[in-house]
Order: sequence, then structure tokens, then C-alpha cells
Amino acid sequence: MRDPPPPPPPLETGGASSPRDVMTAASAVSSALIHQVAEKVEGLGQFVMKTRRTLKGHGNKVLCMDWCKDKRRIVSSSQDGKVIVWDAFTTNKEHAVTMPCTWVMACAYAPSGCAVACGGLDNKCSVYPLSLDKNENLAAKKKSVAMHTNYLSACSFTNSDMQILTSSGDGTCALWDVESGQLLQSFHGHAADVLCLDLAPSETGNTFVSGGCDKKANVWDMRSGQCIQSFETHESDINSVRYYPSGDAFASGSDDATCRLYDLRADREVAIYSKESIIFGVSSVDFSLSGRLLFGGYNDYTINVWDVLKGTRVSILFGHENRVSTLRVSPDGTAFSTGSWDHTLRVCDDCYFLSNLTTLQPRVTFLVTSCNVCCFSLFFFFLSDLGLRMRTQRMKW
Amino acid sequence: MPVINVDDLTDKDKAVMEVNQLKTEVKLERWLTSKCCEELKEYIQAGEEEDILVKGIPEDKNPFKEKGGCVIC
Repeated sequence: MRDPPPPPPPLETGGASSPRDVMTAASAVSSALIHQVAEKVEGLGQFVMKTRRTLKGHGNKVLCMDWCKDKRRIVSSSQDGKVIVWDAFTTNKEHAVTMPCTWVMACAYAPSGCAVACGGLDNKCSVYPLSLDKNENLAAKKKSVAMHTNYLSACSFTNSDMQILTSSGDGTCALWDVESGQLLQSFHGHAADVLCLDLAPSETGNTFVSGGCDKKANVWDMRSGQCIQSFETHESDINSVRYYPSGDAFASGSDDATCRLYDLRADREVAIYSKESIIFGVSSVDFSLSGRLLFGGYNDYTINVWDVLKGTRVSILFGHENRVSTLRVSPDGTAFSTGSWDHTLRVCDDCYFLSNLTTLQPRVTFLVTSCNVCCFSLFFFFLSDLGLRMRTQRMKW
Repeated sequence: MPVINVDDLTDKDKAVMEVNQLKTEVKLERWLTSKCCEELKEYIQAGEEEDILVKGIPEDKNPFKEKGGCVIC
């Protein structure tokens, strides 16, 4: 039985009630739900996230990135048409391909780790098999798989290297067979460009979610091509969607500066992650392994980390010098990587020492106090020494 | 399976698409939101201990620890 929908906010005839106020009032009723349920849950405190690696090598804005299942390699694509495969541990570049088009907006690693797919303004999705031979020209082995009638915005391999799911500016998503390039299924339902997609975690079956410029997030059945559910609470384009680790919910990030959590079984929005001070759009979102943390890359160059249950922000990460365009947590949840318009990628994780400061408090206090005592005593010693010298000098005079 | 471009659709086509979609969705079976949120909360609490980004990892076990010293390959 469905919960009764929240009453519509009263229409104000006079004063300036902005669309944002009305939306906030309406969503406050419906989306406090997960925070209410999690009232007794212990808060997380403040986190300190630290950049561990900076990957430099792209000549222009980094638009997309993906982790390999080996938790170590990363593929990234940029505006200048370059697709680079990195080893995130050593920061070495393992492969580099130059695409014939600029604005490579989508890239994905194959589950086997043996190929990468990418595409953008060429309206196509191409698959490049990666070879161990570094000197081999990857571009020669390129296979064009998908053909859309507008730009390719996102792509993802399904559970195997054999099928690819794509989304496009032509408003459709499509499932393709890699070997033959044949269209297996097409998904129509969005009324504008589709900007992002994410496949359900393998245990939960054949569905995927897509988000678009029509402010809608749609959940699709991959076999029938049917749109099963649709969510429209965002106020602007949805730039990123990501399934919750259990597959029962998904998060979305939008140009309206909010991230929202939608539950699939309840068929509604259950949380909204926003702050008055955050006014720039979210470009990408991802969950930590357990789903407790939601990471959001924003157009104001920062990364905000949200406590999914409490709805509060637990950390803010600075470092990028331009907007964060893409963000992914590594497959084993040890770190997350971000790509930015400042031409770099960063790999960050939770700084254990600083985040656990409260438990290490006694040791730290002792260290700090003893340092202070040493410094002050040295300072006084110096002062007294100086005073003594000056007295002796005056006597000499 | 026809591949379309939304730019070619008229407003009427888009509205018809939306109405058909809503008709399909009306038949969906929905759970109580409170129950769903409880399940989300339990899922998180079950997995929280293994979540490295939440609990942190000591520096020696961190694969992304700061590089330092010489490495002989």
C-alpha cells in the first residue's frame, strides 16, 4: 500500500516564494524519510579525505573515467580526443589512443580488463582491445559498435565483454552486441538527451537506470526494452545516476545542485542531499562499498561526501582547479578517483590518522603538549640569554 | 527496432509517450517507504565494517600509500 502523497504546497499569491522554496518545502515532507528511520544511528563525525595520486597527462578537460575490475587500472577520456589507460598505483600510462573526434564523453573498461570502449561527438561507441604489447597501434584494431544519431553521452559493458549499453543525446539508450555491432534492444522514453546510465549490480537482474535533460530518471528492463519506473523530482538535468550497492535504490546528481536517493520498491524519492551554500551542479555521484557514503563531484571544483543515512555532509575535498566532471569509487572500495576540467585525475581515500583523531586523542594531546613545552622553554631560554648579554654589554659601556 | 531522435518528435508525441508510461506505472506494486528505508539502513550497517572509505585503513595496508624510497623492479 502506498504512503499518502504529501499535500501540495499552498499557492502564494503575493510574496516572492521562489521555485526552490516551494520545492524544498514539498520535498522536506517526503524526503526526510530515511533520516527519520536513521535517527538512532550513530553519526560519522568529520572525515578527512586525502589525495594520494595525481594523474597528469591529458592535454585538455577530462570528461569521463572508469576503473578496471583489477582495482588498479583506470581508463580516462578527454576533450582533446585522447583515451588513456593508467596504472593508478604507479601513475604510469599504459596505453594511449587518439580518437578521430574531440569531446570523448564516455569511456568504459571491459569486465575482463582486455578492452576499453569510448565515444563522444562521433555519435559512435568504439571498442579497442588492449594488448600487452605497448608498441602495438591500438587504433588499428578499433571496432565500431554503436551508432546513434547524436552524441554518445555514456557507455557501459554489461556483465561480459560481449554487450555494451549506450546512452545518447538523441534521447535513446541502446544495447549492442560487440562482435557483430548489431542493435539488440533500444530504449525510448526520455523526452530529451540522455546524459548518464548505470547497470544494476549483477545479483539483482537485468535492469538499468538512465538520467536525462528532461529531469527524469528511468529504470528499464533490458530484455523487453520497457521502462519500468520513472522518477521526476529533480529541477534540472540529471548528470549522473548510480545504483545503490544492494540494487534496491539509486542516487542521482543534477544541475539543480542536489543529489537524491530513490528507492525502487517504494517507487519514490527517500532522501535529498543539499545545502544552502551549494549552488553549483553535481556532475557525478558514486557510493562507497557499504552505501553509507555518497560522493558527489561538483561544478564548483569540490567533492562533497554525504552520510547517506543522516543526510549530512561529512567531508568536503578541495584540490581540483576546475570543475569535477567524473567520479568513481574503486571496485573494492579502497579509494575513489575523480577527473576534472583541470586536465588531471586524482585518486583519494580516507586519511586514517586524521579521521580517527578522536580515538588517537590522548597520544596526540601528549605530543602536542610536550612540543609546546619544549618550544616555550627554548624561547624563554633564548630571551633570558639575550637579556643577560645586553646587561653585560651595557656594563662594558 | 526503430532508432529515433527526440529532436524529431513533436510535443504531442512526447506527451503521448508520457501518458502511456504513466498508464504502465500505475499498475506497479509499491512497498511501504518506512519498510524500504529500514532495509536500506540494515544493509548499510551490515556492510559498514568492511567499508574502507568509512573506517579507514592503516597506512601499511593501503595500496595507495605515499610512494617513497627506492623500488627495485
